[in-house]
Amino acid sequence: MKVAEPLLEVKNIETYYGLIAGIRGVSLEVRGGSIVTILGANGAGKTTVLKTISGAMTPEKGSVCYAGKDITGRDPDRITRLGIAHVPEGREVFPFLSTEENLKMGAFTRKNSTVNLELDRIFEYFPLLREQRKLPAGFLSGGQQQMLAIGRALMLRPQLMLLDEPSLGLSPKLVHATAEIIKSINQDQGVTVLLVEQNAQMALEIAHFGYILENGRVVLEDSTSRLSKATDVQEFYLGKKASSVRGKRRWKQRKTWR
Amino acid sequence: METFFQLLISGIAQGCVYGLVALGFVLIYKATEMVNFAQGDMMMLGAFFTITLINDLNWEYFPAIIAAILAMGVVGLFLERVLFRRMIGESPFAVLMVTIGLGYVLRSVAGMIWGHNPLSIETPYTDIRLHFGTVVLPAADVVVVAATVVLCALTYLFFRYTRFGVAMQATSQNQLAAYYAGIPVKRVVAASWALAAAIAAIAGILLIPLKSAYPEVGLVLGIKAFAAAIVGGFGSLPGAMIGGLVIGLVEIFTKYGIDGRVGFSVSDTSVYVLILVMLIVRPSGIFTSTQRKKV
Ligand SMILES: Nc1ncnc2c1ncn2[C@@H]1O[C@H](COP(=O)(O)OP(=O)(O)O)[C@@H](O)[C@H]1O
Ligand SMILES: [Mg+2]
Repeated sequence: MKVAEPLLEVKNIETYYGLIAGIRGVSLEVRGGSIVTILGANGAGKTTVLKTISGAMTPEKGSVCYAGKDITGRDPDRITRLGIAHVPEGREVFPFLSTEENLKMGAFTRKNSTVNLELDRIFEYFPLLREQRKLPAGFLSGGQQQMLAIGRALMLRPQLMLLDEPSLGLSPKLVHATAEIIKSINQDQGVTVLLVEQNAQMALEIAHFGYILENGRVVLEDSTSRLSKATDVQEFYLGKKASSVRGKRRWKQRKTWR
Repeated sequence: METFFQLLISGIAQGCVYGLVALGFVLIYKATEMVNFAQGDMMMLGAFFTITLINDLNWEYFPAIIAAILAMGVVGLFLERVLFRRMIGESPFAVLMVTIGLGYVLRSVAGMIWGHNPLSIETPYTDIRLHFGTVVLPAADVVVVAATVVLCALTYLFFRYTRFGVAMQATSQNQLAAYYAGIPVKRVVAASWALAAAIAAIAGILLIPLKSAYPEVGLVLGIKAFAAAIVGGFGSLPGAMIGGLVIGLVEIFTKYGIDGRVGFSVSDTSVYVLILVMLIVRPSGIFTSTQRKKV
């Protein structure tokens, strides 16, 4: 049986902040149409992986291939043009532009004719944004800015969406809403998603495949159904208590993958 | 009273030139966080381009100024490409030294080509005086003000309503997000340099009938325009224009007094005092945007 090429293929990338290693050899694959998640503690290197894929950082070693093309080290705006939309962490909006102008900037790479159609589609997803369309984005609430950032990325009509901790700082209700939106983007629009999360529960629920990152390396990769059952993941990422036998030996407990 | 109006209009005209050069400072600062101390010298270069086209090549006034403006736009693109693109990410001090050095180079090259005697041109409005009741105003002043108003309106429309203009705003507000939106940030930055240089050329063209041109004309003027940008908050385009007007008016009225009798004859000093006061009292300028820019 012939296996289809993955849409995104990251091979052994190492990326540095000056002399500090952000990631030390990460490989991963994202198949077209799937949701893949990268989990890991703060500082594990998740953001650095996304930045290297989208071209904001150039890896010292390794390569990034998208749809069979080597895109390692290209400028981020050129990578965006290929259909990769990166929603960075921290709700990056254009604070003095209106909500609507922010969204329209997301379609900068496309011809004008379809932009208004697209705008309506986004407003259906995020009705709150329609109400605030004339308001400068700097005045939106944190949750609304996150929705705006996702909406702006959708304006690109991307094939692949990189989402960096979209649920960070949102209320449980909004986290749920965000999860639903990501699922719908994937199922209804056919957008492939690479989702970085610290909220492992949410991510494991909606993703098909997951990578666990620690200290700049992938330490575990599997389908999310199996990952959710792995005791280490349950313990360290889902916060579930280990069984009583192990509980007694907690002081010498180690993650099995080390 | 007539004198007051004449002083007023000539202060405003001079202020417009400061404001236009300040506009260049702010445009480049917003796009790249660099302060281009050669901005005044770029104005000087634009003035000399025009003079050469008209006096030596016998071009008509309007084709000549359009060619000079375009030529300076190309110079701006060229400088960005060979010089300032390499300076991205360097320390502000290094950038400062490069722009100061560029200013020296432009002045000495201009000195070699055009000499050190002030040059001027015949404009269609040279020696025309406009009468408004009892007030007589030199057309040169009125033209500067009118041209600046038109230019500001065009600039406003460009930034507000064109796709590329909004993209330039977006890039200055959040460069990373601009990249991720697919905005060609490098082209936006190059366009900012071209625009700043073209506006400097316009300032130079408007200045010739007021002051005539010589290689050092941009040096002191550049410092005053820098002051205008500071007064305006160094991040705001309207602020830069208003800052320019403030500097122009302060300068003329401290020089001549309200009624034309010699005031304190401290004209130049007053501008520097104003900069110092501004930096002490409101270091962020009058028109400060409330949010820090993200890079
Ligand atoms: N701007 C930076 N300068 C220096 N080191 C950085 C910078 N950003 C991240 N790092 C380092 O790179 C590593 C990975 O960071 P990051 O990719 O942001 O992790 P995550 O997104 O998983 O929290 C961290 O150990 C951090 O110390
Ligand atoms: Mg992160």
